[in-house]
Amino acid sequence: MKLDKNCRYMETHEWVRVEGDLATAGISDYAQSQLSDVVYVELPEVGDVFDQGEVFAVVESAKTAADVYMPISGEITEVNESLASPQIVNEDPFGEGWFARFTPSDLSELDNLLTPEEYQEHVAKEEEEGGH
Amino acid sequence: MSYIPHTDSDRAAMLAEIGVETVGDLFLDVPESVRYPELKLPPSLSEMEILGELRAMSEENADLDHHACFLGAGAYNHFVPSVVGHIIGRSEFYTAYTPYQPEISQGTLQAIFEYQSMVCALTGMDVANASHYDGATSLAEAAIMAVNVSRGKRRKIIVSPTVHPEYRATLRTYTPGPDLTVEAVSFEPETSDFEVDDNTACLIIQNPDFFGQLAAASELNELAEAVHAAGALLIVNTDPISLGLFTPPGEYGADIVVGEGQPLGNPLNFGGPYLGLFACREKTMRKMPGRLVGETVDTEGRRGFVLTLAAREQHIRRERATSNICTNQALCALAAGAYLAALGKSGLRQVAELCYHKAHYAARQIAALPGFDLVGDRPFFKEFIVRCPRPPSQINEALLERGIIGGYDLGRDYPHLKNHMLLCVTEMNTKEEIVRLVKALREIS
Repeated sequence: MKLDKNCRYMETHEWVRVEGDLATAGISDYAQSQLSDVVYVELPEVGDVFDQGEVFAVVESAKTAADVYMPISGEITEVNESLASPQIVNEDPFGEGWFARFTPSDLSELDNLLTPEEYQEHVAKEEEEGGH
Repeated sequence: MSYIPHTDSDRAAMLAEIGVETVGDLFLDVPESVRYPELKLPPSLSEMEILGELRAMSEENADLDHHACFLGAGAYNHFVPSVVGHIIGRSEFYTAYTPYQPEISQGTLQAIFEYQSMVCALTGMDVANASHYDGATSLAEAAIMAVNVSRGKRRKIIVSPTVHPEYRATLRTYTPGPDLTVEAVSFEPETSDFEVDDNTACLIIQNPDFFGQLAAASELNELAEAVHAAGALLIVNTDPISLGLFTPPGEYGADIVVGEGQPLGNPLNFGGPYLGLFACREKTMRKMPGRLVGETVDTEGRRGFVLTLAAREQHIRRERATSNICTNQALCALAAGAYLAALGKSGLRQVAELCYHKAHYAARQIAALPGFDLVGDRPFFKEFIVRCPRPPSQINEALLERGIIGGYDLGRDYPHLKNHMLLCVTEMNTKEEIVRLVKALREIS
C-alpha cells in the first residue's frame, strides 16, 4: 500500500494535501485497490461549497459506487478533467488521480483528520476486521 | 402439515394487541351470508357451462371487435400485426420476469437492447432505457431526473397544461416527497410567455399535445434554446406513431423524450399493461432511471449483452439511487420492438400517414355538420377538438347505442372546454366507420 506522507486522511479513505492557499483532495491507494477498476468519477462543479464530511464526488467501479467525502471545508476551484479516463485513479491515486482543488475555509479542521501513521494503523485494523 | 407458523398463544397476543376477541371479529364487515365456512355458492357447473357463462359476461364489454372506436386521449387503437403475438407468446419470453440474474438470459437482454436501439432511432436520442410502467411514469421520472441532473439544486418543474392531465396528476404524486414545486404555465410556442429561472429544472411539453395539435420543429427548437440558455432541460412527451411522419424531438433539442409506448404493438387491453418510453442524451445518461442493456464482447470476442451503468440503480446504492424503479415492462417492450421491426421505417410512416389523412377527412366532415365546430388553428395529427351542441356524455351515450365509442369529454379536465370533445381517428377506422360517425352525430345534434 502506497502512502503519501504529505497528506492527511479521513477514515473513509480520502486524502487532502494543503499547499499554500490551495488544498487538493482525492482517494487513497488503499481505497482504489478496494474499489477495483474505477469506471467513472462524478465530480463537483467549480464554485460549489462543501463542509467537512459532505459528499463532494462519487466514484464508480466495476464492483460498486461509493460516495467521496470532503476532507476539510472549502470552495472548489478546479476539478480534474482528466478523470474522463478514470483508470488514472487506479494508477496514480495521490498524483494524477486527484479529484478536486479547493480553497479551504478553516485549516484547523485538519486536526480532525488522521496523520499518515494513524491512517496506516486504521487501514491495518480494517484489514484485520475483513475490510468492507 | 400446516405452513402457518403462528401458535395459539401468538394469535392470542396479536388479537389482544389490536383489541379484538377472535379472528372472526376481523371479518365482521363481510356479510355473514357469504362468510366462511359456508360460502353458499351456486351449484358447480361443468367446464363447458362455465365457459359459456364467462363468455356471456365478457361480451357485456363494449369491445373493439364489435364497435367503431374514436376514443384516444393517451391510449390508441392501432393495428397489431400477428407476428407480434407469435413472438411475445414464446414461453422463453412470455414466462420470464425481468432478469435479476440478467446475463444468463441473453435472448431477453438482446430483445431489450434492440428495443432500446429502436426507441433511440425513433426519438432521435442517444440512450433509451429498457422502459417504464407507462407513459405517465416515464414523464414523472424524467422530471425527477432533471432535478438530479442539476444535482438537486433546481427544484421547480414547469409543465404545460397541454400535457396529458393524468400524466400531470402522476407527476404531482412524485413531487411532495422530495419537496419539489410544480408550476403549470400556458405554453404557446409563439409567445413563450413562461419564465424559466435559475431554480427551474425542466420544462415539460407534449407534442403532439393532449389535443392532438402539433408545434413546428422550428418553434420548438427556439423553445429548447431558451430553456437551455436558462440552464434547464426540455422534456418532450410524444406519441411514437407520430414520429413516423414528424420531426423527432431529438432533432429540435429535447434533452429527455418520454411517451406512452402502447401504440407500438400493444393492444388497448382495457387500460394496461402498457409501457413507458424513456430516452435521453449521452451526457446525462448516468442520471437516467431504470434498467439499461448494453452490448459488449465476451472473453472470446463474441457479441453479448449485459445490464450496464447499474450504479444508477438502487440495488447498489439504495439511498442515492437516481430512482426507485428497478424493473421494466419487458414483454410490452418486446411487443413494441417486434412491432417496429415488422413495420420498418416505411411501414411506420404509412401508419402515421393513414392516421393523419383519415383524421383530417373525419374532421372536415364533422366541421361541416350544423352545431359542430372544429376548434384550434394549429396543425393536428390524429386527434382534434370538436365543439358540440350537446354535452359529450349525452352524445357518447347515443353513439354507443349505435355501436360507436365516442370521444373524450374535455370538460372533465379543462373547465373552459365544457361541451368539447376530443376525437381520435387511426388507421383502424374505415371510411365506412367515419361516415357512420358523421351520420350519427348529425342525428344526435
